[in-house]
Amino acid sequence: MALSLKELSHKRDLLSGGHRACAGCAASTAIRQVLLAADGPVVAGCATGCMEVVTTIYPYTAWRVPFIHNAFENVASTISGVEAAYQALKRQGKIDREIKFIAFGGDGGTYDIGIQALSGAMERGHDMLYICYDNEAYMNTGIQRSGATPYGAATSTSPAGKKIPGKREFRKDLTAVLAAHDIPYVAQAVPSNWRDFMAKVQKALSVNGPSFINVLTPCPRGWRFKDNESIEMARLAVETCFWPLFEVENGTWRLTYKPKEKRPITDWIGRQGRFRHLLKEENRHIIDELQANVDNKWEQLLKRCEA
Amino acid sequence: MGRIVALTGNEAAGTAMIQLRPDVVPAFPITPQTELMHKFADAVADGDVDTEFVLVESEHSAMSAAVGASAAGARVMTATSANGFALMWEVVYIAASNRLPIVMTLVNRALSAPINIHCDHSDSMGGRDTGWIQLHSENSQEVYDNLIQGVKIAENRDVLLPVMVTSDGFILSHTLERMDILNDQQVQSFVGEYNPEHTLLDVDHPVTFGPLDLPDYYFEHKRQQVLAMEQAKRVILEVGREFKKLSGRGYELFEEYQMEGAERAIIALGSTAGTVKEAVDGLRKGGEKVGLIKLRVFRPFPKEELLAALKGVKVLAVFDRSHSFGGFGGPLFTEVRSTLYGSDLSFEVLNYIYGLGGRNLSVEEIEEVFSDLQEVMKMGKVQERINYLGVRG
Repeated sequence: MALSLKELSHKRDLLSGGHRACAGCAASTAIRQVLLAADGPVVAGCATGCMEVVTTIYPYTAWRVPFIHNAFENVASTISGVEAAYQALKRQGKIDREIKFIAFGGDGGTYDIGIQALSGAMERGHDMLYICYDNEAYMNTGIQRSGATPYGAATSTSPAGKKIPGKREFRKDLTAVLAAHDIPYVAQAVPSNWRDFMAKVQKALSVNGPSFINVLTPCPRGWRFKDNESIEMARLAVETCFWPLFEVENGTWRLTYKPKEKRPITDWIGRQGRFRHLLKEENRHIIDELQANVDNKWEQLLKRCEA
Repeated sequence: MGRIVALTGNEAAGTAMIQLRPDVVPAFPITPQTELMHKFADAVADGDVDTEFVLVESEHSAMSAAVGASAAGARVMTATSANGFALMWEVVYIAASNRLPIVMTLVNRALSAPINIHCDHSDSMGGRDTGWIQLHSENSQEVYDNLIQGVKIAENRDVLLPVMVTSDGFILSHTLERMDILNDQQVQSFVGEYNPEHTLLDVDHPVTFGPLDLPDYYFEHKRQQVLAMEQAKRVILEVGREFKKLSGRGYELFEEYQMEGAERAIIALGSTAGTVKEAVDGLRKGGEKVGLIKLRVFRPFPKEELLAALKGVKVLAVFDRSHSFGGFGGPLFTEVRSTLYGSDLSFEVLNYIYGLGGRNLSVEEIEEVFSDLQEVMKMGKVQERINYLGVRG
């Protein structure tokens, strides 16, 4: 399917409206984009978290595709079981359809509690796509810090206190961790660059074996910005090179978008309440460290992509 | 027809799995379950089964993959022990609550700490409230027979609950026994094909598994699980009768051994029942009125049936190979005593905790229990309600 807005506008959304996501939730937008990009039949799974909770309040479901939620840390192993069943039943001739399998997990369910199950599923080579919708904290339980929360950000468990100014650790580079699994396809994306994202989803679904896409999904409640600014926040994360768009296809790293001009990190963090305390003079060094970290990671990435 | 072979408990369970040909088997190694999976792995490697053998990175993922595969419409089996079962506990509960007919061999082993690889029932008893049917086995033959029946019980439309078949670690799992096995065709036609009503792979009829269930519905879904457990009792008996026609070996909720006219009785689970039988036989020869109830089905607990079987008993000892720390005796004891309370049976019930961490239990120790019971009958009172067999201090 060609990725034109005209064609997409005629396609039926496979995640219906009427679910209970917050206004401005970028994660639900990302899921719609994923399901629109998938051409054939899809079976989806979701880890416990925002997207599972808001879409499946019994007796309702927003999913127009077969869906399973199991627990917090195990969507990767759950979907690997579904895929294994598919392989077995297909071999027996009980199923003749081509079906794709997609697991969704938030950053808590992916970077932290679910990383073992994810790593195992990727290593085993199941034919599945794992999408991490990374909103940089445990938003569903009330904005607690996760392994994906940026350095300096205030969360409910890493508040900006009198003594400690927000999170004291840098975030984990999960996309690189997944690339190190040597799986056929790994990418980083945002819902704002929708064509880039959806093309990556299509590529990921077309490979034979496991694939992983990490999509940054700004959260108005957790990041503290106006709920009509989510897409803008995603764009700024890319333009500041905090969240570069790239893909790793069979081990080859490639930038899929290069900002014309790399904007300072303050253009992004200055718009979010979770970083407000960093703008105080005594916390200036945290911004400098954040900027240095972004610069380093960006240079590393450019080198990987050139090599 | 079937044949007579010598197999260990693990080989017996592996043989049953190979003959049952599950579509998906997720597995993770833990002693003493390992050899069971080695046997199955050999069958996969030789092409004797067409199973998707998913070698996951933990027991938590084993049960998670089992849930996914079962919801996708596959027949799913797995096996574990002790800490492995404890690690999968979250998903063990989810499997039952989603009404997924997964069948698992639990090769019983003591829970850590201290770490110990030998048999007790702390693992299966830790899972007693997870909503799984529990079939306990005295020997390898029963492990094999229970697994085959387990699949048919689990997949029955009136049940749709997962089934756990226990096998005492090392005592059964690693001990060679003479046993009868059915042929592949007999096993397969006995269990038939698994064709569930709703599956994830039925993409034209999408369903949502595992939704968020709030106070307005959750309770009703739990109530349905209770009803399924109640219905399971009838199905277990039906399947047992059918299995008898096929194999000549009958299975009920429990076995009454020398209970005719028995005044003193023991209730026990698993391989210990075999040792108790030995003691009962010896004492019966001397004219003592002793008997055994070997409980096969711990969940659903056969309350009414036990009451009928215990009529005429004057004193009862309940054997527990696990403990409920701070509780009133072991799990089987509290269950049995609660069953008796308010019934028209009135006799003393004593609890004997034994065999933790694989401590052996001898025929002589069982004979001593029967003489304890004699003393209670004579004196009309109980010295110690909760007793520990074969422990120092």
